[in-house]
Amino acid sequence: MGSEQNPALVRSKIRKPMNRSQREASWAFIALIAPLIVGLMVFMVIPIVWGFIVSFFDARFTFDLKTFVGVGNYIRLLSDPQFIRSLKLISFFALFIVPTTYAFSLGLAVLVNSVNKGRGFFRSVFFIPTACSYVLASIIWRMSLFNDMYFGLINAVMRFFGIPPIAWTTSSPWVWVTLVTVRLWLQCGLYMILFIGAMQEIPQELYDAASVDGAESGWVTFRYITFPLLRNTSIFVLLMNMIHAFRAFDEFYNILGGTYAAMQTGGVSLWMARPPLVYLYTALFSGRDYGGGVAGSFIITLLIVFVALVQGRILGFGRSIRA
Amino acid sequence: MLSRRIRTIFRYLLIIILTLFFLIPFYIMVRNAVISDMQILSPDAGWFPWPMQIRENLTELFSNIDVSILNGLRNSTIVAVTSTFFGILFAIMAGYALARIPFRWREQFFFFILATMMIPPVTIFIPTYMVVFKLKMINTFQGIIFPGLFDTFSAIMFRQFFLDFPGELEESGRIDGLSYFGIFWRLALPNSLNILVPLTVIMFLGSWNSFLWPLVVGQDPTKWTVQVALSVFLTAQRIILHEVFMGGVIALLPTLVVFLILQRYITRGIMLSGIKG
Repeated sequence: MGSEQNPALVRSKIRKPMNRSQREASWAFIALIAPLIVGLMVFMVIPIVWGFIVSFFDARFTFDLKTFVGVGNYIRLLSDPQFIRSLKLISFFALFIVPTTYAFSLGLAVLVNSVNKGRGFFRSVFFIPTACSYVLASIIWRMSLFNDMYFGLINAVMRFFGIPPIAWTTSSPWVWVTLVTVRLWLQCGLYMILFIGAMQEIPQELYDAASVDGAESGWVTFRYITFPLLRNTSIFVLLMNMIHAFRAFDEFYNILGGTYAAMQTGGVSLWMARPPLVYLYTALFSGRDYGGGVAGSFIITLLIVFVALVQGRILGFGRSIRA
Repeated sequence: MLSRRIRTIFRYLLIIILTLFFLIPFYIMVRNAVISDMQILSPDAGWFPWPMQIRENLTELFSNIDVSILNGLRNSTIVAVTSTFFGILFAIMAGYALARIPFRWREQFFFFILATMMIPPVTIFIPTYMVVFKLKMINTFQGIIFPGLFDTFSAIMFRQFFLDFPGELEESGRIDGLSYFGIFWRLALPNSLNILVPLTVIMFLGSWNSFLWPLVVGQDPTKWTVQVALSVFLTAQRIILHEVFMGGVIALLPTLVVFLILQRYITRGIMLSGIKG
Protein backbone atom coordinates (compact mmCIF):
# COMPACT_ATOMS: atom_id res chain seq x y z
CA MET A 1 0.00 0.00 0.00
CA GLY A 2 2.58 2.50 -1.02
CA SER A 3 4.97 1.70 1.80
CA GLU A 4 7.83 1.76 -0.70
CA GLN A 5 7.57 5.51 -1.05
CA ASN A 6 7.50 5.97 2.67
CA PRO A 7 10.79 7.60 3.62
CA ALA A 8 10.52 6.64 7.29
CA LEU A 9 10.29 2.96 6.45
CA VAL A 10 13.15 3.07 3.95
CA ARG A 11 15.34 4.72 6.53
CA SER A 12 14.47 2.18 9.17
CA LYS A 13 15.55 -0.59 6.87
CA ILE A 14 18.92 0.99 6.22
CA ARG A 15 19.82 1.61 9.83
CA LYS A 16 21.11 -0.99 12.24
CA PRO A 17 18.51 -2.53 14.54
CA MET A 18 17.47 -0.63 17.64
CA ASN A 19 19.53 2.50 17.82
CA ARG A 20 18.27 5.39 19.88
CA SER A 21 16.00 7.04 17.32
CA GLN A 22 14.47 3.72 16.43
CA ARG A 23 13.63 3.02 20.03
CA GLU A 24 12.05 6.41 20.21
CA ALA A 25 10.02 5.63 17.10
CA SER A 26 8.81 2.34 18.56
CA TRP A 27 7.65 4.03 21.73
CA ALA A 28 5.90 6.77 19.79
CA PHE A 29 4.20 4.17 17.63
CA ILE A 30 2.98 2.16 20.59
CA ALA A 31 1.78 5.21 22.49
CA LEU A 32 -0.15 6.57 19.51
CA ILE A 33 -1.80 3.31 18.56
CA ALA A 34 -2.44 1.98 22.07
CA PRO A 35 -5.86 3.60 22.76
CA LEU A 36 -7.37 2.20 19.57
CA ILE A 37 -5.84 -1.25 19.93
CA VAL A 38 -6.76 -1.61 23.61
CA GLY A 39 -10.31 -0.43 22.85
CA LEU A 40 -10.64 -2.90 19.99
CA MET A 41 -9.40 -5.69 22.22
CA VAL A 42 -11.91 -4.91 24.98
CA PHE A 43 -14.94 -4.11 22.83
CA MET A 44 -14.35 -6.28 19.78
CA VAL A 45 -11.97 -9.19 20.26
CA ILE A 46 -12.92 -10.15 23.81
CA PRO A 47 -16.68 -9.97 23.09
CA ILE A 48 -16.31 -12.18 20.03
CA VAL A 49 -14.17 -14.82 21.75
CA TRP A 50 -16.23 -14.77 24.93
CA GLY A 51 -19.47 -14.76 22.98
CA PHE A 52 -18.31 -17.71 20.92
CA ILE A 53 -17.66 -19.70 24.09
CA VAL A 54 -20.96 -18.67 25.68
CA SER A 55 -22.87 -19.74 22.57
CA PHE A 56 -22.09 -23.37 23.49
CA PHE A 57 -23.64 -23.02 26.93
CA ASP A 58 -27.13 -22.67 28.25
CA ALA A 59 -26.65 -19.14 29.52
CA ARG A 60 -29.91 -17.53 30.55
CA PHE A 61 -29.95 -14.64 33.03
CA THR A 62 -26.28 -15.44 33.62
CA PHE A 63 -22.95 -15.71 31.86
CA ASP A 64 -21.88 -18.65 34.01
CA LEU A 65 -20.44 -21.45 31.94
CA LYS A 66 -22.17 -24.27 33.80
CA THR A 67 -24.45 -26.13 31.44
CA PHE A 68 -22.59 -27.11 28.30
CA VAL A 69 -25.04 -27.74 25.48
CA GLY A 70 -22.67 -28.06 22.53
CA VAL A 71 -24.32 -26.81 19.38
CA GLY A 72 -27.69 -26.99 21.13
CA ASN A 73 -28.27 -23.23 20.93
CA TYR A 74 -27.54 -23.23 17.21
CA ILE A 75 -29.88 -26.16 16.58
CA ARG A 76 -32.59 -24.61 18.73
CA LEU A 77 -32.43 -21.34 16.77
CA LEU A 78 -32.26 -22.97 13.37
CA SER A 79 -35.36 -24.99 14.23
CA ASP A 80 -37.21 -21.94 15.51
CA PRO A 81 -39.59 -20.92 12.72
CA GLN A 82 -39.58 -17.32 13.99
CA PHE A 83 -35.81 -17.07 13.58
CA ILE A 84 -35.81 -18.69 10.16
CA ARG A 85 -38.56 -16.32 9.17
CA SER A 86 -36.52 -13.33 10.24
CA LEU A 87 -33.54 -14.60 8.22
CA LYS A 88 -35.69 -15.04 5.14
CA LEU A 89 -37.27 -11.67 5.70
CA ILE A 90 -33.98 -9.81 5.89
CA SER A 91 -32.63 -11.65 2.86
CA PHE A 92 -35.63 -10.62 0.79
CA PHE A 93 -35.40 -7.12 2.17
CA ALA A 94 -31.73 -6.93 1.16
CA LEU A 95 -32.50 -8.47 -2.22
CA PHE A 96 -34.95 -5.67 -2.81
CA ILE A 97 -33.39 -2.66 -1.13
CA VAL A 98 -29.81 -3.13 -2.36
CA PRO A 99 -30.47 -2.94 -6.12
CA THR A 100 -33.11 -0.25 -5.61
CA THR A 101 -30.78 1.98 -3.60
CA TYR A 102 -27.99 1.32 -6.05
CA ALA A 103 -30.03 2.18 -9.13
CA PHE A 104 -31.69 5.16 -7.52
CA SER A 105 -28.50 6.75 -6.20
CA LEU A 106 -26.65 6.17 -9.47
CA GLY A 107 -29.61 7.68 -11.32
CA LEU A 108 -29.58 10.72 -9.05
CA ALA A 109 -25.84 11.17 -9.60
CA VAL A 110 -26.24 11.02 -13.39
CA LEU A 111 -29.22 13.36 -13.27
CA VAL A 112 -27.49 15.93 -11.04
CA ASN A 113 -24.42 15.83 -13.27
CA SER A 114 -26.50 16.29 -16.40
CA VAL A 115 -28.02 19.64 -15.48
CA ASN A 116 -26.06 22.85 -15.79
CA LYS A 117 -27.99 25.23 -13.57
CA GLY A 118 -28.31 24.73 -9.82
CA ARG A 119 -26.19 21.60 -9.70
CA GLY A 120 -24.93 22.38 -6.20
CA PHE A 121 -28.45 23.08 -4.97
CA PHE A 122 -29.89 19.81 -6.24
CA ARG A 123 -26.94 17.89 -4.87
CA SER A 124 -27.55 19.42 -1.44
CA VAL A 125 -31.26 18.64 -1.55
CA PHE A 126 -30.69 14.95 -2.21
CA PHE A 127 -27.89 14.83 0.35
CA ILE A 128 -29.69 16.55 3.27
CA PRO A 129 -31.63 13.47 4.48
CA THR A 130 -28.24 12.09 5.54
CA ALA A 131 -28.42 14.45 8.54
CA CYS A 132 -31.71 12.86 9.58
CA SER A 133 -31.93 9.88 11.93
CA TYR A 134 -33.83 6.68 11.19
CA VAL A 135 -35.98 7.37 14.23
CA LEU A 136 -37.05 10.77 12.99
CA ALA A 137 -37.64 9.55 9.45
CA SER A 138 -39.72 6.69 10.86
CA ILE A 139 -41.81 9.20 12.78
CA ILE A 140 -42.44 11.27 9.67
CA TRP A 141 -43.28 8.20 7.62
CA ARG A 142 -45.47 6.53 10.22
CA MET A 143 -47.24 9.55 11.66
CA SER A 144 -47.71 11.60 8.57
CA LEU A 145 -46.67 10.48 5.10
CA PHE A 146 -47.77 6.86 5.27
CA ASN A 147 -50.19 7.00 8.15
CA ASP A 148 -52.93 4.40 7.95
CA MET A 149 -55.63 6.96 8.55
CA TYR A 150 -57.18 9.44 6.19
CA PHE A 151 -54.87 12.24 7.38
CA GLY A 152 -51.71 10.48 6.19
CA LEU A 153 -50.41 12.48 3.25
CA ILE A 154 -50.48 9.63 0.75
CA ASN A 155 -53.97 8.61 1.81
CA ALA A 156 -55.11 12.23 1.67
CA VAL A 157 -53.82 12.54 -1.88
CA MET A 158 -55.52 9.26 -2.80
CA ARG A 159 -58.73 10.47 -1.20
CA PHE A 160 -58.56 13.48 -3.48
CA PHE A 161 -58.64 11.08 -6.42
CA GLY A 162 -61.36 9.02 -4.80
CA ILE A 163 -59.19 6.05 -3.88
CA PRO A 164 -59.94 4.43 -0.50
CA PRO A 165 -57.15 4.68 2.13
CA ILE A 166 -54.54 1.94 2.53
CA ALA A 167 -53.09 0.72 5.85
CA TRP A 168 -49.50 1.51 4.90
CA THR A 169 -47.94 0.50 8.22
CA THR A 170 -50.09 -2.44 9.29
CA SER A 171 -50.86 -4.48 6.21
CA SER A 172 -48.68 -6.52 3.91
CA PRO A 173 -47.53 -5.94 1.18
CA TRP A 174 -48.08 -2.17 1.56
CA VAL A 175 -45.85 -2.02 4.60
CA TRP A 176 -42.90 -2.79 2.33
CA VAL A 177 -43.53 0.38 0.34
CA THR A 178 -43.23 2.30 3.60
CA LEU A 179 -40.09 0.47 4.72
CA VAL A 180 -38.31 0.70 1.38
CA THR A 181 -39.08 4.37 0.71
CA VAL A 182 -37.89 5.50 4.12
CA ARG A 183 -34.54 3.76 3.63
CA LEU A 184 -34.21 5.08 0.09
CA TRP A 185 -34.84 8.63 1.25
CA LEU A 186 -32.24 8.34 4.00
CA GLN A 187 -29.51 6.50 2.10
CA CYS A 188 -29.52 7.60 -1.52
CA GLY A 189 -27.88 10.99 -0.99
CA LEU A 190 -24.74 9.57 0.53
CA TYR A 191 -24.23 7.01 -2.22
CA MET A 192 -25.08 9.64 -4.83
CA ILE A 193 -22.18 11.75 -3.52
CA LEU A 194 -19.88 8.73 -3.83
CA PHE A 195 -20.94 8.24 -7.44
CA ILE A 196 -20.55 11.94 -8.28
CA GLY A 197 -17.05 11.84 -6.79
CA ALA A 198 -16.14 8.81 -8.86
CA MET A 199 -17.63 10.34 -12.00
CA GLN A 200 -15.40 13.38 -11.62
CA GLU A 201 -12.41 11.04 -11.76
CA ILE A 202 -13.32 9.83 -15.24
CA PRO A 203 -11.10 11.68 -17.72
CA GLN A 204 -13.01 14.07 -19.98
CA GLU A 205 -10.91 12.91 -22.97
CA LEU A 206 -12.88 9.66 -23.04
CA TYR A 207 -16.10 11.55 -23.63
CA ASP A 208 -14.42 13.83 -26.14
CA ALA A 209 -13.08 10.85 -28.05
CA ALA A 210 -16.49 9.22 -28.03
CA SER A 211 -18.07 12.37 -29.35
CA VAL A 212 -15.47 12.52 -32.15
CA ASP A 213 -16.40 8.94 -33.00
CA GLY A 214 -19.98 10.12 -33.31
CA ALA A 215 -21.41 8.70 -30.08
CA GLU A 216 -24.46 10.59 -28.90
CA SER A 217 -23.95 11.93 -25.38
CA GLY A 218 -26.47 10.21 -23.14
CA TRP A 219 -27.29 6.54 -22.93
CA VAL A 220 -24.41 5.42 -25.15
CA THR A 221 -21.68 7.24 -23.25
CA PHE A 222 -23.23 6.13 -19.98
CA ARG A 223 -23.37 2.51 -21.06
CA TYR A 224 -19.87 2.30 -22.52
CA ILE A 225 -17.85 4.86 -20.52
CA THR A 226 -19.44 6.02 -17.25
CA PHE A 227 -20.95 2.77 -16.04
CA PRO A 228 -17.91 0.50 -16.63
CA LEU A 229 -15.56 3.03 -15.03
CA LEU A 230 -17.76 3.27 -11.94
CA ARG A 231 -17.19 -0.38 -11.31
CA ASN A 232 -15.08 -0.07 -8.15
CA THR A 233 -17.46 2.42 -6.61
CA SER A 234 -20.39 0.21 -7.58
CA ILE A 235 -18.91 -2.79 -5.80
CA PHE A 236 -18.20 -0.68 -2.73
CA VAL A 237 -21.72 0.78 -2.69
CA LEU A 238 -23.40 -2.60 -3.16
CA LEU A 239 -21.37 -4.17 -0.39
CA MET A 240 -21.91 -1.33 2.10
CA ASN A 241 -25.57 -1.31 1.24
CA MET A 242 -25.91 -5.02 1.84
CA ILE A 243 -24.20 -4.86 5.23
CA HIS A 244 -26.43 -1.94 6.20
CA ALA A 245 -29.54 -3.80 5.09
CA PHE A 246 -28.72 -6.78 7.30
CA ARG A 247 -28.42 -4.59 10.38
CA ALA A 248 -31.85 -3.02 9.83
CA PHE A 249 -33.48 -2.30 13.15
CA ASP A 250 -34.40 1.34 13.71
CA GLU A 251 -37.10 1.75 11.08
CA PHE A 252 -38.68 -1.68 11.69
CA TYR A 253 -38.79 -1.02 15.42
CA ASN A 254 -40.19 2.48 15.08
CA ILE A 255 -42.56 2.08 12.16
CA LEU A 256 -43.92 -1.37 13.01
CA GLY A 257 -43.26 -1.28 16.75
CA GLY A 258 -46.30 -1.68 18.91
CA THR A 259 -48.08 1.36 20.12
CA TYR A 260 -49.49 1.11 23.60
CA ALA A 261 -52.97 0.62 22.16
CA ALA A 262 -51.80 -2.07 19.76
CA MET A 263 -50.06 -3.97 22.54
CA GLN A 264 -53.26 -3.95 24.58
CA THR A 265 -55.17 -5.62 21.79
CA GLY A 266 -52.33 -7.95 20.91
CA GLY A 267 -52.20 -6.67 17.36
CA VAL A 268 -48.56 -5.64 17.25
CA SER A 269 -47.58 -5.32 13.64
CA LEU A 270 -43.91 -5.88 14.43
CA TRP A 271 -44.74 -9.57 14.33
CA MET A 272 -45.49 -9.16 10.69
CA ALA A 273 -41.93 -8.27 9.79
CA ARG A 274 -39.30 -8.94 12.39
CA PRO A 275 -35.72 -8.62 11.14
CA PRO A 276 -32.94 -10.57 12.93
CA LEU A 277 -31.79 -7.65 15.05
CA VAL A 278 -35.30 -7.19 16.40
CA TYR A 279 -35.40 -10.93 17.08
CA LEU A 280 -32.10 -10.71 18.98
CA TYR A 281 -33.29 -7.62 20.83
CA THR A 282 -36.35 -9.52 22.01
CA ALA A 283 -34.23 -12.56 22.92
CA LEU A 284 -32.03 -10.30 24.99
CA PHE A 285 -34.78 -8.48 26.84
CA SER A 286 -37.58 -10.97 27.15
CA GLY A 287 -35.57 -14.08 27.95
CA ARG A 288 -32.08 -12.81 28.82
CA ASP A 289 -31.01 -15.68 26.61
CA TYR A 290 -27.33 -14.82 26.09
CA GLY A 291 -26.26 -18.22 24.74
CA GLY A 292 -29.03 -18.27 22.16
CA GLY A 293 -28.55 -14.61 21.37
CA VAL A 294 -24.88 -14.98 20.56
CA ALA A 295 -25.54 -18.15 18.56
CA GLY A 296 -28.12 -16.16 16.58
CA SER A 297 -25.61 -13.35 15.98
CA PHE A 298 -23.10 -15.82 14.58
CA ILE A 299 -25.67 -17.47 12.32
CA ILE A 300 -26.57 -14.04 10.91
CA THR A 301 -22.87 -13.28 10.45
CA LEU A 302 -22.42 -16.47 8.46
CA LEU A 303 -25.39 -15.48 6.32
CA ILE A 304 -23.86 -12.03 5.68
CA VAL A 305 -20.49 -13.56 4.79
CA PHE A 306 -22.21 -16.00 2.44
CA VAL A 307 -24.20 -13.24 0.72
CA ALA A 308 -21.06 -11.10 0.44
CA LEU A 309 -19.19 -13.98 -1.20
CA VAL A 310 -22.03 -14.62 -3.64
CA GLN A 311 -22.26 -10.93 -4.38
CA GLY A 312 -18.50 -10.75 -4.91
CA ARG A 313 -18.67 -13.77 -7.20
CA ILE A 314 -21.39 -12.23 -9.34
CA LEU A 315 -19.64 -8.89 -9.54
CA GLY A 316 -16.22 -10.44 -10.05
CA PHE A 317 -14.68 -8.82 -7.01
CA GLY A 318 -10.97 -8.22 -7.36
CA ARG A 319 -10.94 -8.42 -11.14
CA SER A 320 -9.71 -5.07 -12.33
CA ILE A 321 -10.90 -3.58 -15.58
CA ARG A 322 -8.42 -0.72 -15.62
CA ALA A 323 -5.60 -2.02 -17.75
CA MET B 1 -34.56 10.73 -31.44
CA LEU B 2 -35.65 13.48 -29.10
CA SER B 3 -34.27 16.89 -29.74
CA ARG B 4 -31.71 18.25 -27.34
CA ARG B 5 -34.02 20.98 -26.08
CA ILE B 6 -36.84 18.66 -25.12
CA ARG B 7 -34.43 16.36 -23.35
CA THR B 8 -33.07 19.24 -21.31
CA ILE B 9 -36.57 20.35 -20.30
CA PHE B 10 -37.45 16.79 -19.36
CA ARG B 11 -34.34 16.54 -17.20
CA TYR B 12 -35.12 19.71 -15.27
CA LEU B 13 -38.73 18.64 -14.82
CA LEU B 14 -37.62 15.29 -13.41
CA ILE B 15 -35.05 16.78 -11.06
CA ILE B 16 -37.52 19.38 -9.77
CA ILE B 17 -40.16 16.73 -9.07
CA LEU B 18 -37.58 14.63 -7.23
CA THR B 19 -36.48 17.70 -5.28
CA LEU B 20 -40.06 18.20 -4.11
CA PHE B 21 -40.32 14.55 -3.09
CA PHE B 22 -37.11 14.81 -1.10
CA LEU B 23 -38.19 17.98 0.68
CA ILE B 24 -41.80 17.03 1.47
CA PRO B 25 -40.90 14.94 4.55
CA PHE B 26 -39.06 17.92 6.08
CA TYR B 27 -41.90 20.26 5.22
CA ILE B 28 -44.59 18.03 6.65
CA MET B 29 -42.61 17.61 9.85
CA VAL B 30 -42.28 21.36 10.37
CA ARG B 31 -45.91 21.92 9.40
CA ASN B 32 -47.18 19.37 11.91
CA ALA B 33 -44.90 20.75 14.60
CA VAL B 34 -46.49 24.18 14.61
CA ILE B 35 -50.21 23.39 14.43
CA SER B 36 -52.68 21.71 16.77
CA ASP B 37 -53.42 18.00 16.73
CA MET B 38 -56.91 18.76 15.52
CA GLN B 39 -55.53 20.38 12.40
CA ILE B 40 -53.01 17.60 11.85
CA LEU B 41 -55.82 15.07 11.97
CA SER B 42 -58.08 17.02 9.67
CA PRO B 43 -57.91 15.77 6.11
CA ASP B 44 -59.06 19.15 4.87
CA ALA B 45 -56.27 21.15 6.52
CA GLY B 46 -54.36 23.10 3.95
CA TRP B 47 -50.72 22.80 3.02
CA PHE B 48 -49.92 26.00 4.80
CA PRO B 49 -49.84 25.62 8.60
CA TRP B 50 -52.40 28.10 9.85
CA PRO B 51 -53.18 29.16 12.55
CA MET B 52 -49.73 28.57 13.98
CA GLN B 53 -49.22 27.93 17.66
CA ILE B 54 -45.48 27.55 17.96
CA ARG B 55 -45.21 28.90 21.49
CA GLU B 56 -48.02 26.73 22.89
CA ASN B 57 -46.59 23.62 21.25
CA LEU B 58 -43.11 24.32 22.58
CA THR B 59 -44.29 24.90 26.17
CA GLU B 60 -46.39 21.77 26.01
CA LEU B 61 -43.46 19.73 24.72
CA PHE B 62 -41.05 21.01 27.36
CA SER B 63 -43.54 20.41 30.17
CA ASN B 64 -44.20 16.79 29.20
CA ILE B 65 -43.44 14.79 32.33
CA ASP B 66 -43.29 11.35 30.68
CA VAL B 67 -40.64 12.18 28.11
CA SER B 68 -38.16 14.98 28.74
CA ILE B 69 -36.85 16.15 25.41
CA LEU B 70 -34.49 18.62 27.10
CA ASN B 71 -32.96 15.82 29.10
CA GLY B 72 -32.62 13.86 25.88
CA LEU B 73 -30.87 16.77 24.18
CA ARG B 74 -28.47 17.08 27.10
CA ASN B 75 -27.69 13.34 27.08
CA SER B 76 -27.26 13.25 23.31
CA THR B 77 -24.88 16.21 23.49
CA ILE B 78 -22.79 14.50 26.16
CA VAL B 79 -22.71 11.23 24.23
CA ALA B 80 -22.13 12.65 20.75
CA VAL B 81 -19.52 15.25 21.70
CA THR B 82 -17.49 12.86 23.87
CA SER B 83 -17.70 10.03 21.36
CA THR B 84 -16.70 12.23 18.47
CA PHE B 85 -13.85 13.97 20.27
CA PHE B 86 -12.17 10.86 21.63
CA GLY B 87 -13.14 8.64 18.71
CA ILE B 88 -11.50 10.96 16.20
CA LEU B 89 -8.50 11.58 18.45
CA PHE B 90 -7.79 7.87 18.83
CA ALA B 91 -8.33 7.28 15.13
CA ILE B 92 -6.03 10.05 13.96
CA MET B 93 -3.32 8.99 16.41
CA ALA B 94 -3.47 5.42 15.14
CA GLY B 95 -3.74 6.51 11.52
CA TYR B 96 -0.66 8.71 11.81
CA ALA B 97 1.38 6.01 13.52
CA LEU B 98 0.37 3.43 10.91
CA ALA B 99 1.37 5.71 8.06
CA ARG B 100 4.46 7.57 9.27
CA ILE B 101 6.21 5.93 12.20
CA PRO B 102 8.47 2.95 11.54
CA PHE B 103 7.75 -0.04 13.71
CA ARG B 104 8.55 -3.70 13.39
CA TRP B 105 4.99 -5.01 13.45
CA ARG B 106 3.36 -2.06 11.79
CA GLU B 107 1.86 -4.09 8.95
CA GLN B 108 0.47 -6.63 11.43
CA PHE B 109 -1.23 -3.87 13.39
CA PHE B 110 -2.69 -2.50 10.18
CA PHE B 111 -4.11 -5.86 9.17
CA PHE B 112 -5.56 -6.36 12.63
CA ILE B 113 -7.40 -3.04 12.35
CA LEU B 114 -8.50 -3.86 8.82
CA ALA B 115 -9.83 -7.23 9.99
CA THR B 116 -11.89 -5.71 12.82
CA MET B 117 -13.39 -3.25 10.35
CA MET B 118 -14.81 -6.17 8.39
CA ILE B 119 -16.80 -7.52 11.34
CA PRO B 120 -20.49 -6.74 10.83
CA PRO B 121 -22.08 -4.81 13.72
CA VAL B 122 -24.72 -7.53 14.11
CA THR B 123 -22.04 -9.98 15.20
CA ILE B 124 -20.87 -8.11 18.25
CA PHE B 125 -24.18 -6.62 19.37
CA ILE B 126 -25.03 -9.15 22.09
CA PRO B 127 -21.42 -10.05 23.04
CA THR B 128 -20.63 -6.36 23.55
CA TYR B 129 -23.73 -6.04 25.70
CA MET B 130 -22.35 -8.87 27.84
CA VAL B 131 -19.00 -7.11 28.24
CA VAL B 132 -20.67 -3.80 29.10
CA PHE B 133 -22.89 -5.63 31.59
CA LYS B 134 -19.87 -7.30 33.19
CA LEU B 135 -18.10 -3.94 33.44
CA LYS B 136 -21.23 -2.65 35.26
CA MET B 137 -21.78 0.01 32.65
CA ILE B 138 -25.46 -0.62 31.94
CA ASN B 139 -27.40 2.63 32.32
CA THR B 140 -24.25 4.74 32.29
CA PHE B 141 -22.88 7.15 29.72
CA GLN B 142 -19.67 5.12 29.66
CA GLY B 143 -21.68 2.10 28.54
CA ILE B 144 -23.31 4.07 25.75
CA ILE B 145 -20.10 5.77 24.64
CA PHE B 146 -17.22 3.31 25.04
CA PRO B 147 -18.09 0.55 22.55
CA GLY B 148 -18.53 3.08 19.73
CA LEU B 149 -15.32 4.92 20.45
CA PHE B 150 -12.93 2.81 18.41
CA ASP B 151 -13.56 3.82 14.86
CA THR B 152 -11.44 1.66 12.61
CA PHE B 153 -12.92 3.17 9.45
CA SER B 154 -11.67 6.65 10.41
CA ALA B 155 -8.30 5.25 11.46
CA ILE B 156 -7.84 3.67 8.04
CA MET B 157 -8.95 6.87 6.31
CA PHE B 158 -6.42 8.87 8.32
CA ARG B 159 -3.69 6.37 7.50
CA GLN B 160 -4.52 6.70 3.81
CA PHE B 161 -4.35 10.48 4.12
CA PHE B 162 -1.03 10.53 5.96
CA LEU B 163 0.59 8.13 3.47
CA ASP B 164 0.47 10.99 0.95
CA PHE B 165 1.64 13.54 3.52
CA PRO B 166 4.71 15.53 2.37
CA GLY B 167 7.80 14.07 4.01
CA GLU B 168 9.67 17.42 3.86
CA LEU B 169 7.37 18.87 6.50
CA GLU B 170 8.26 16.12 8.97
CA GLU B 171 11.92 16.38 8.07
CA SER B 172 11.94 20.09 8.85
CA GLY B 173 10.20 19.42 12.14
CA ARG B 174 12.83 16.86 13.02
CA ILE B 175 15.60 19.32 12.23
CA ASP B 176 13.89 21.78 14.59
CA GLY B 177 14.24 19.13 17.28
CA LEU B 178 10.63 18.01 17.50
CA SER B 179 9.92 14.51 18.81
CA TYR B 180 7.52 12.15 17.04
CA PHE B 181 4.72 13.46 19.25
CA GLY B 182 5.72 17.02 18.52
CA ILE B 183 5.59 16.37 14.79
CA PHE B 184 2.22 14.65 15.11
CA TRP B 185 0.71 17.33 17.31
CA ARG B 186 2.16 20.47 15.73
CA LEU B 187 2.59 19.54 12.08
CA ALA B 188 0.49 16.55 11.11
CA LEU B 189 -2.69 17.37 13.04
CA PRO B 190 -3.07 21.01 11.96
CA ASN B 191 -2.39 20.08 8.35
CA SER B 192 -5.01 17.35 8.17
CA LEU B 193 -8.17 19.49 8.34
CA ASN B 194 -9.25 18.33 4.88
CA ILE B 195 -9.86 14.85 6.18
CA LEU B 196 -10.33 15.69 9.86
CA VAL B 197 -13.44 17.83 9.32
CA PRO B 198 -15.48 15.38 7.22
CA LEU B 199 -14.64 12.40 9.40
CA THR B 200 -15.53 14.38 12.53
CA VAL B 201 -18.88 15.43 11.07
CA ILE B 202 -19.69 11.91 9.90
CA MET B 203 -18.88 10.50 13.33
CA PHE B 204 -20.92 13.20 15.05
CA LEU B 205 -23.93 12.52 12.82
CA GLY B 206 -23.63 8.79 13.41
CA SER B 207 -23.36 9.23 17.14
CA TRP B 208 -26.20 11.74 17.46
CA ASN B 209 -28.48 9.64 15.28
CA SER B 210 -27.67 6.21 16.68
CA PHE B 211 -30.59 4.43 18.24
CA LEU B 212 -30.19 0.71 18.93
CA TRP B 213 -27.22 0.89 21.28
CA PRO B 214 -28.47 3.81 23.42
CA LEU B 215 -31.84 2.05 23.55
CA VAL B 216 -30.28 -1.18 24.81
CA VAL B 217 -27.76 0.24 27.27
CA GLY B 218 -29.51 3.41 28.45
CA GLN B 219 -32.84 1.90 29.47
CA ASP B 220 -33.21 4.25 32.41
CA PRO B 221 -35.23 7.39 31.51
CA THR B 222 -32.50 9.64 32.90
CA LYS B 223 -30.10 8.20 30.30
CA TRP B 224 -32.39 8.39 27.27
CA THR B 225 -30.77 10.10 24.33
CA VAL B 226 -32.94 12.31 22.19
CA GLN B 227 -33.49 9.51 19.64
CA VAL B 228 -34.68 7.12 22.35
CA ALA B 229 -36.93 9.84 23.76
CA LEU B 230 -38.46 10.39 20.32
CA SER B 231 -39.08 6.69 19.96
CA VAL B 232 -40.76 6.57 23.38
CA PHE B 233 -43.23 9.20 22.16
CA LEU B 234 -44.46 6.59 19.71
CA THR B 235 -45.19 3.99 22.37
CA ALA B 236 -46.88 6.43 24.74
CA GLN B 237 -50.38 5.68 25.89
CA ARG B 238 -51.71 8.69 24.07
CA ILE B 239 -49.69 10.00 21.18
CA ILE B 240 -49.70 13.78 21.01
CA LEU B 241 -48.80 14.40 17.41
CA HIS B 242 -47.58 17.97 17.50
CA GLU B 243 -45.26 17.08 20.39
CA VAL B 244 -43.80 14.20 18.43
CA PHE B 245 -43.12 16.40 15.42
CA MET B 246 -41.83 19.37 17.44
CA GLY B 247 -39.52 16.94 19.25
CA GLY B 248 -38.34 15.74 15.86
CA VAL B 249 -37.60 19.26 14.64
CA ILE B 250 -35.59 19.98 17.78
CA ALA B 251 -33.69 16.69 17.53
CA LEU B 252 -32.83 17.41 13.91
CA LEU B 253 -31.63 20.99 14.39
CA PRO B 254 -28.09 20.28 15.70
CA THR B 255 -27.22 17.81 12.95
CA LEU B 256 -28.89 19.92 10.30
CA VAL B 257 -26.94 23.04 11.29
CA VAL B 258 -23.63 21.17 11.41
CA PHE B 259 -24.45 19.52 8.12
CA LEU B 260 -25.43 22.68 6.27
CA ILE B 261 -22.44 24.69 7.51
CA LEU B 262 -19.86 22.02 6.72
CA GLN B 263 -21.52 20.43 3.72
CA ARG B 264 -18.77 21.42 1.30
CA TYR B 265 -16.16 19.66 3.43
CA ILE B 266 -18.27 16.57 3.94
CA THR B 267 -18.96 16.20 0.25
CA ARG B 268 -15.30 16.49 -0.59
CA GLY B 269 -14.31 14.14 2.20
CA ILE B 270 -16.75 11.46 1.11
CA MET B 271 -15.62 11.74 -2.49
CA LEU B 272 -12.05 11.41 -1.28
CA SER B 273 -12.75 8.36 0.84
CA GLY B 274 -15.08 6.61 -1.57
CA ILE B 275 -12.63 6.30 -4.39
CA LYS B 276 -10.05 4.69 -2.20
CA GLY B 277 -12.46 2.80 0.01
